[in-house]
Amino acid sequence: MTQFIQQLLNGLTVGSLYALIAVGYTVVYGIVQLINFAHGEVFMIGAFGSLATWQVVCQKSTGLWVLPIMIVGGALCSVAIALVMERFAYRPLRNAPRLAPLITAIGISIALQRAIQLWYPGATSNVPYPSIDGVTGGSLTVGSVVIQRTTLFTLGVLVVSAAALYIFISRTRTGKAMVAVSQDPDTARLMGINVDRIIAAAFAMGAILAALAGVAQGLRDSNVSSTMGFLAGLKAFTAAVLGGIGNIQGAVAGGLVLGLIEAMATQYIPGQFGGNAWSDVYAFIVLILVLVFRPQGLFGARVVDRA
Amino acid sequence: MTAMLEVKDLSVAYGKITAVKGINFTVEEGQVVTLIGTNGAGKTTTLRTISGLLRPSAGEISFLGKRIDKVQAHSIVTMGLAHSPEGRRIFPRQSVEENLMLGAFARRDRTDIQADLKEAYDLFPILAERRKQPAGTFSGGEQQMLAMGRAMMSRPKLLMLDEPSMGLSPIMMKKIMTTVRTLQKRGTTILLVEQNARAALKLATHGYVLEVGKIVLDGPGPELLVSDEVKKAYLGED
Repeated sequence: MTQFIQQLLNGLTVGSLYALIAVGYTVVYGIVQLINFAHGEVFMIGAFGSLATWQVVCQKSTGLWVLPIMIVGGALCSVAIALVMERFAYRPLRNAPRLAPLITAIGISIALQRAIQLWYPGATSNVPYPSIDGVTGGSLTVGSVVIQRTTLFTLGVLVVSAAALYIFISRTRTGKAMVAVSQDPDTARLMGINVDRIIAAAFAMGAILAALAGVAQGLRDSNVSSTMGFLAGLKAFTAAVLGGIGNIQGAVAGGLVLGLIEAMATQYIPGQFGGNAWSDVYAFIVLILVLVFRPQGLFGARVVDRA
Repeated sequence: MTAMLEVKDLSVAYGKITAVKGINFTVEEGQVVTLIGTNGAGKTTTLRTISGLLRPSAGEISFLGKRIDKVQAHSIVTMGLAHSPEGRRIFPRQSVEENLMLGAFARRDRTDIQADLKEAYDLFPILAERRKQPAGTFSGGEQQMLAMGRAMMSRPKLLMLDEPSMGLSPIMMKKIMTTVRTLQKRGTTILLVEQNARAALKLATHGYVLEVGKIVLDGPGPELLVSDEVKKAYLGED
């Protein structure tokens, strides 16, 4: 039982990271039908941006007060990168064949990884990420279950982000406009909605959540690397597909489910196919199974659509 | 006095295919002007070009004395030109009220928006009863009412309606046409595109007949209604 709860926590932590990144894939897809495969790099840039903020602005302090500043710094970097790629790479290709933006995304991905390796000091290998008082260090023990502080932080970030996202989408003017654009861009324009601006807002929103995930992962692993976005991006994409691409709640649920599947498979599949080394394999088996048997995703089917 | 809407030598092309071939027409303030014609005559293309969703390949469009043929669609709405598109195109996943409020997206005058929302509900009481329901669950006629109400939420000086009667029952069609008359009386100028020539011409101050991208006939609505060409081609009478 202890083991089960422990894996449950592990799964939810990893799943929260997937969920935060997956929202970025799904929101952008919902609006422009583009899989932004460079979104994993937006996450990576968020982690490095927060690290740079810590080194430069926060003077390497470990007090809890630096955390919000790091988050803001990381988010600013992510948002800037996302907006630049939307404006100069994707927007000119909006009416091009689907393959063009896809290849572009892969190009941007590689370019960003190399740029960080070249220009971020020490980024050719793992770069240590700071410990922050209160959110890293000594774990808590409840009964016989060990809870890492970063686990609580990551789960907390997801809960707060999901709530903020929900309020943004369902209550704000921009959020409602976003929902309208995702259903019918031309008619949205007839309402006076500037569709270009809404698309940029979608990229920015995904970038903020990705940056939060970047900070959370940095704190958890105590290091970041220029290639961390690749696998995380693929897993988050899997989570988005699992939840039904284009469906925001689905992306959050898909991330958590994927994290849990990985954790449980690692723990409970015995013999030579069990264990940590196989966790990625299970994640992608899930992707293949979903694509074959339920391509609309677990939560993809909508009750009400065009009548 | 210059016309409210002036379309001059307008041509629109999809790639190599020219759908609208140099048409001219005007809409004066307070009028109901109708464009009639069969499928593929270029009626919808004309409206989509006026509202900025398509770009003309030649010609000019002026609204209230300003050129609008290079203005972005979302800015044209704020100038007082609303477009209720063909096939209604309501936002199915959003509620009636959200749809209506999206119609007022470009406006900032909060209290007036609330007043207009009430007016839309007065015009179509069924919308008020179902304000919280997703619009996708509505029947065609209800969706049409919502689409018209939504277009009115921008407080347009000129309202363009693209085939509002399409696929509606005769009763519902009558209701829609009565509403067009009501809106005109309240001071909204209307440009109506219809395949249902009889219903449209009955309402129209002036009508234009479009055939494969060209205006072949025009005149006051009641006159067109009894003209031989129109009778033969569109009203199915000999």
